[in-house]
Amino acid sequence: MNLNLRHAKTGLLGALALCFLVTLFSKFINPYWLYILYDIGINIILAVSLNLINGYTGQFSLGHAGFMAVGAYTAGVITNQFGQLNAFASGGVFLGALLAGGLMAAVAGLLVGIPTLRLKGDYLAIVTLGFGEIIRVILQNVDSVGGARGYSVMHGWTNFFWTFGLAAVTVYVIASLVNSTYGRGFIAVHDDEIAAEAMGINTTKYKVSAFVIGAFFAGIAGGLYAHSKQYITPGGFGFMQSIAFVVMVILGGMGNTVGVILAAILLTLLPEGLRFLAGVQQIPGVAKMYPLSWVGDTRMIIYSLLLIVLMLTRPQGLFAFKKRQR
Amino acid sequence: MNIWRGQFFSLAVVAAGCLLTGCNQSSPGPNAGGDVIKVGEYGSLTGSEATFGQSTHKGIQQAVDEINAAGGVLGKKIELHTEDDQSQAGQAATVVRKLISSDGVVAMLGEVASSRSLEAAPICQQSGIPMISPSSTNPKVTEVGDYIFRVCFIDPFQGTVMANFATKTLKAHTAAVLTDVKSDYSLGLAKFFKEQFLASGGKIVDEEKYSGGDKDFNAQLTAIKAASPEVVFVPGYYTEAGLIALQARQLGINVPLLGGDGWESPTLIPVGGKALEGDSFSTHFSADNTSPEVQTYLTTYKKRYNETSDAMAPLGYDAMMILADAIKRAGTTDGAKVRDALAATKDFKGVTGNITIDPNRNASKSAVILTITNGAIKYIQTVAP
Repeated sequence: MNLNLRHAKTGLLGALALCFLVTLFSKFINPYWLYILYDIGINIILAVSLNLINGYTGQFSLGHAGFMAVGAYTAGVITNQFGQLNAFASGGVFLGALLAGGLMAAVAGLLVGIPTLRLKGDYLAIVTLGFGEIIRVILQNVDSVGGARGYSVMHGWTNFFWTFGLAAVTVYVIASLVNSTYGRGFIAVHDDEIAAEAMGINTTKYKVSAFVIGAFFAGIAGGLYAHSKQYITPGGFGFMQSIAFVVMVILGGMGNTVGVILAAILLTLLPEGLRFLAGVQQIPGVAKMYPLSWVGDTRMIIYSLLLIVLMLTRPQGLFAFKKRQR
Repeated sequence: MNIWRGQFFSLAVVAAGCLLTGCNQSSPGPNAGGDVIKVGEYGSLTGSEATFGQSTHKGIQQAVDEINAAGGVLGKKIELHTEDDQSQAGQAATVVRKLISSDGVVAMLGEVASSRSLEAAPICQQSGIPMISPSSTNPKVTEVGDYIFRVCFIDPFQGTVMANFATKTLKAHTAAVLTDVKSDYSLGLAKFFKEQFLASGGKIVDEEKYSGGDKDFNAQLTAIKAASPEVVFVPGYYTEAGLIALQARQLGINVPLLGGDGWESPTLIPVGGKALEGDSFSTHFSADNTSPEVQTYLTTYKKRYNETSDAMAPLGYDAMMILADAIKRAGTTDGAKVRDALAATKDFKGVTGNITIDPNRNASKSAVILTITNGAIKYIQTVAP
């Protein structure tokens, strides 16, 4: 365990250093692809944090976009209070705003967790779904953040370092957590709640803490999202968005961090890749012009079909190569 | 532990991938592409507002083909790059970045929904790419910056138009206003209606309020009846407008009700029925307008798509036409010069009326007034600003 942890820390530091290096070169990256990379990083945070709830702890949450919304609006409102800042100050303010967004989301997670987490399975799924919708509807009716029209975030502070640095931190924290002595409780709750309870594990407490930690990181991802898109609307944090994160977790394999990361990358890239494919006028190596523009019209159908095929062929998770480490 | 190797590996792959894309995809400059002028369009081709996005796209495509058939602009053909934002928040920003940095478009058209226009506008502004929204009516959209334009009128303008219609055409001296307090749109229309109506020497005899979603308006309507106005202005959406008309007639209010483009819906007449007889509302476009521009456009549209044009398609058509006109006058596709030309657009003869771009980059143009007679919506007149 000690050795592993040391490797983990080296990995984390290495990842942070790499992110910082790439950020220095991000001026040379096509902005379109750069922002897709940000989307990937944000989705990794969301999928990995949801994996703690849905995968490791075995609860079924459909409200992750709601926690993301709390973080996005909190961070956005905080940074909008500041004018133009130098690089150092903006970094500090941004980190503070992201943490505040995460904390607000964690409080929301606690609020939804305490009264509802005594529920199981489908019932919990419905309650979390309802909670996500409540957040969306509340935001829609708060005029000071623009209501249904949306809220403009002034600073585009999200960059490669923040998204992937924080993604690395998220992965580190959650993987270390479930591998710790305390974290075994999550897996126990997942495997058999009654047995876990009989062993003296406070299952409700574990479920609430999974929700609070998951929500915290979702809130951070929301803050990154707000400062990447610079415009947030309640409609962007709807039910379908929550489903998208659940799909990432299921496709990656419940409780498989590497798989979930890869699924988040794949599912973010896939629609864009198909968009790119639609622009192809000629297949390389084929003399005849063969425009693939039909891909553009049927892009989302192809995407959905691929999901169905993937689920049929890899029900254990696309990237689950071996049994989960215990 | 392979989690760490995996994570490190994936990060390395991503990093390497992005560096490669960065090297390979040297973004083409505004004038790259030689013999074509690339114009970007982002719209809701799928998703909840798909009908709006598709109509707009059809209008734009028709305009592009007509321009190209007539020899293009500056001797170059227009090449339209269309991307779908799936009616989803977050997608508009992505596709607009793609259009600008990967496709190298010189100008941007879109979108219908104000919230997605607001998402894309800052990116166009920062990149110095002029953007024209065909039909986002929220005043905030063009406030983003000096590269953002629109070819539709904004919400408050309709209030002014209906006030003029009430005083000049209906010769009304007194009016009552019934506002939906939940809607920015309704409040804006009501405010400008009142100002213009008072300025024209009229008198507002009663102001009542309701909340969108209400079903019973008897209390407000009884008060309005007591004040006996000559017209009642109801700047809400079609769902309430129909019900208000029904209940007003039951209470014996037989003066005309007036509304804005929120009334325009195929379900207005089924809800309101006979009660709506004689009521009028303002909107962007009418297929019954007999002016040659409108009729030519409609015939071409019908021939091309085998369906009747709605109000969104002509706005898309006009957006593209105004852009082509501005590029022609600028003599270049340089963003700043096209922006200046767009800002100087004056009395452009569009399908949706004569369009002049005002100092706030909104279209100052005439609105169309429609009246309901014998259970059908009839074109009455075009009102200049």
